[in-house]
Amino acid sequence: MTQQKLVQNAAGRMVPVEINGTEAIAYQGVGKYRPTGRKAAPPIRSCADYPEDGDKRVDSIRQALVNAGLRDGMTISTHHHLRNGDYVANAVFAAAAELGVRDLRWFPSASFPTHEPQIQHMENGVIHHIEGSMNGPLGDYCTRGKMRGMAVLRSHGGRYQAIQDGEVHVDIAVIAAPTADPFGNATGDRGPTACGLLGFALADSEYADHVIAVTDNLVPFPCIPWQIQGNNVDQVVVMDSIGDASQIVSGTTQITKSPDRLLIAELTARFCDEAGIVQDGFSFQAGAGGTALSFALFLRDMMRERNIKARFVRGGSTQYLVDMLEEGLTDYILDGQTFDLEGVRSMRENAGHRNTSPFTSYNWHGKGNFASMLDAVVLGATEVDVDFNANVVTHSDGRLLHGIGGWQNCLASKCTILPIPSFRDRIPVVVDEVTTLCGPGELIDVVITERGIAINPLRRDLLETLRGSSLPIRSIEEIKNEVEDICGGAADKPELGQKVVAAIKWVDGTVIDSVRQVGE
Amino acid sequence: MARTGEAGKKGPKVRSDCWVGVELTGNDGLQIEMQSKVAGMFGPRIREQIAAGCAALGVANAKVEVIDRGALPFTLAARLECAVRRAGHEPAGEYLLPMSGHCNYHSAADRLRRSRLYLPGNEPKFYINAGLHEPDGLILDLEDSVSPAEKDAARCLVRNALRAVNFYGAERMVRINQGEQGLEDLDWIIPHNTHLVLIPKVEDPEQVLAVAGRITEIQKAHDLDRPVYLMPIIESALGAWKAFEIAASHPTVVSLAIGLEDYTADIGAQRTLEGTESFWARSQVLNGAKAARVQPIDTVFSDVTDMEGLRRSVLEAKSLGFAGKGCIHPRQIAVVHEAFAPEGAEIDRAKKIVLAFEKAEADGLGVVSLGSKMIDAPVVKRAQTTIQMALLVGKLPEAWRDEDSGEKPGARKNGKYVEK
Repeated sequence: MTQQKLVQNAAGRMVPVEINGTEAIAYQGVGKYRPTGRKAAPPIRSCADYPEDGDKRVDSIRQALVNAGLRDGMTISTHHHLRNGDYVANAVFAAAAELGVRDLRWFPSASFPTHEPQIQHMENGVIHHIEGSMNGPLGDYCTRGKMRGMAVLRSHGGRYQAIQDGEVHVDIAVIAAPTADPFGNATGDRGPTACGLLGFALADSEYADHVIAVTDNLVPFPCIPWQIQGNNVDQVVVMDSIGDASQIVSGTTQITKSPDRLLIAELTARFCDEAGIVQDGFSFQAGAGGTALSFALFLRDMMRERNIKARFVRGGSTQYLVDMLEEGLTDYILDGQTFDLEGVRSMRENAGHRNTSPFTSYNWHGKGNFASMLDAVVLGATEVDVDFNANVVTHSDGRLLHGIGGWQNCLASKCTILPIPSFRDRIPVVVDEVTTLCGPGELIDVVITERGIAINPLRRDLLETLRGSSLPIRSIEEIKNEVEDICGGAADKPELGQKVVAAIKWVDGTVIDSVRQVGE
Repeated sequence: MARTGEAGKKGPKVRSDCWVGVELTGNDGLQIEMQSKVAGMFGPRIREQIAAGCAALGVANAKVEVIDRGALPFTLAARLECAVRRAGHEPAGEYLLPMSGHCNYHSAADRLRRSRLYLPGNEPKFYINAGLHEPDGLILDLEDSVSPAEKDAARCLVRNALRAVNFYGAERMVRINQGEQGLEDLDWIIPHNTHLVLIPKVEDPEQVLAVAGRITEIQKAHDLDRPVYLMPIIESALGAWKAFEIAASHPTVVSLAIGLEDYTADIGAQRTLEGTESFWARSQVLNGAKAARVQPIDTVFSDVTDMEGLRRSVLEAKSLGFAGKGCIHPRQIAVVHEAFAPEGAEIDRAKKIVLAFEKAEADGLGVVSLGSKMIDAPVVKRAQTTIQMALLVGKLPEAWRDEDSGEKPGARKNGKYVEK
């Protein structure tokens, strides 16, 4: 292996200057990098080459890949809206292996433990490398330095931006469609494997050279509503089943029962109140984690009590947000992905439950995005440091653990809050310096732990507003010191290898940090 | 004599705990084998601690195996000591971690005891954040929540927790076992700043006196002079019958509590939500306590999901005259405090009394009067408690004396009492 050339970026992190043979731009600071030029575009097609009756069906994924001209070295994209229930990505690479192609780049919007078979395809050369979030067995494989290429982790918005800017050219996009018609119109809000939203596949449907929709619920034209437009789709494949419904959305999302997490959620709601965020017409975003859900419930009670109504909430929709919509506590849910069956039902039934996409909500190379308009967003993190920098992709031992998801994009909100435990078992979460930098501290306004609330010193306005509050407001150093006192000192840093195994992209496509090999 | 011993827990679901196996050997020195989920972060320190612990306990030749699931140092120390003892080795000396500075605060006989949270004695994962939920008291339980086979393990752990864990101002309580075992428990806890001892299943003043006597012996031996308060628990018909004698048995008794699970079993009744079957006993305990001038403390509310039921139950207890309620889940604490908090008219009257008292003091008057009425000292004391409780749950602003301060009532805050 040739020596990787690294450069120090504006955050002081060493990052590669070249990723898988393409030049990479080092992170320059928040809002500093401005691209020029024009967006990428898919090739011009002609209706003369498509059936007049609109029936684009072919017999199998294998046949569709052959028709699409699959060959060595191509980029194939899939999406994670079927989550751990997805059958489609595995079927695509099984077919590619049968066809004997090699060195593919898999460009998923995220991968799940169910995608473990791709390790075999990397071992035998079918897949060269993965660019997309990895956890579980794939994350381990990558972190141990076994993948031939370098992994690239992007936010949901960053993925849209990379496709739009032409940084990643998708040769063949394969879109799992819970319901579709023969023309390729597709929706995720109904069918036996309904998942809600197909927003993660939007960019691929618009920019890929070739688009294949795979469904297990074919309806006659027209498929209404259409989240994916058939006019962007080349071929339609019908499979017996595209996924395991029990692994796609949960029946019900669970609020946390942990008293400590409930305490954190309650402190977060009280903070939002005292910071003046909870007012008529406000907006917030909370995901499906137990703490975030509980936060939404505390907020809901507060809103009910004072007769306050939100203009919109962004999710991760769940039954709790749906209840708020149906109770009239918010005008709209602007949904980025759907976490439970109630969310899916509401998407079908409620006019105020609107679909969004990484383009509307998160794309940094656009004419604004929704994320920056939110009054408050609550997010998780695996580590946060005394400069408020946060890590969301690696465990403190350096192993890849999570994808970035919409996390980086959400940091643009007016008040970004990380409600997190200050340590887990003996593993400190509030640390001196994060293992991997995913979000610059200047964008993280508040860290709320069970041991106190730390407001970023840059937010003098918040510090001023909360002066004299009965909330346990402390400096982040104080919280860190207490955690070290409990855990028996600061944790030793993991022993990392020299080899960079993954690059972490910032929302503008620059490289904010790298992940190094662990072990072996 | 046994040559091997083990203590603690192992398995994928175990959190914040560890398993330690000890095999005492002839003369091979110390061999330490360790698996830990935090090996990369704390591995060398875990080994150092095991070695230091073995040295303190006088174990020079042993194979020590540790399977760690993120145990904090006080837990690791407790598991090691227990395993060594179970291997049949009587320690040469105590293996005590240094007493943390935040464990040194004191209590007071008349502090608030609205809520007391039970923590199972052998479950370290519940200890570390318990104080954050701001109960008036935290009970490290050696009795019913600990199985007979783990009593020795719980003693090590409770003692270590008393020296290491920050309980953030909550009164540091321990419930001991019954009889001789309970008296032995005292040897483990009294030297480590235990504020209050709960004595279970008290039926006779002699039981209280035995505990008080043993505490005095230990205090003398360790040169300790802070009082250790007692809270006898009445859990039987005979105990209820003798409530007053028990409450008045010793000057360190500050509270008298009732435990209804065992009481209802003792009288052969079913425990109901309405509680008709225990009304007499509760009244008896309440009046016995009041007659002896100690705090009457109600039983625990055991349905952790029914917060509205808990609130009603506390309001009922408060209306009878009880000053506290037992909690078995941290989320019950705030509900208990809210329900015990004084109401508007009560607060207004207390404000007037306290202001009149403060004015009389400032004017150098020996007598407090409100309008044409003289105010007795106990009435002033009660008014001060009412104000304190209102402040603690945020029903009064800190600057309540200044009517025009315009300050909003604050939110809930810690009921910690730190004696100066």
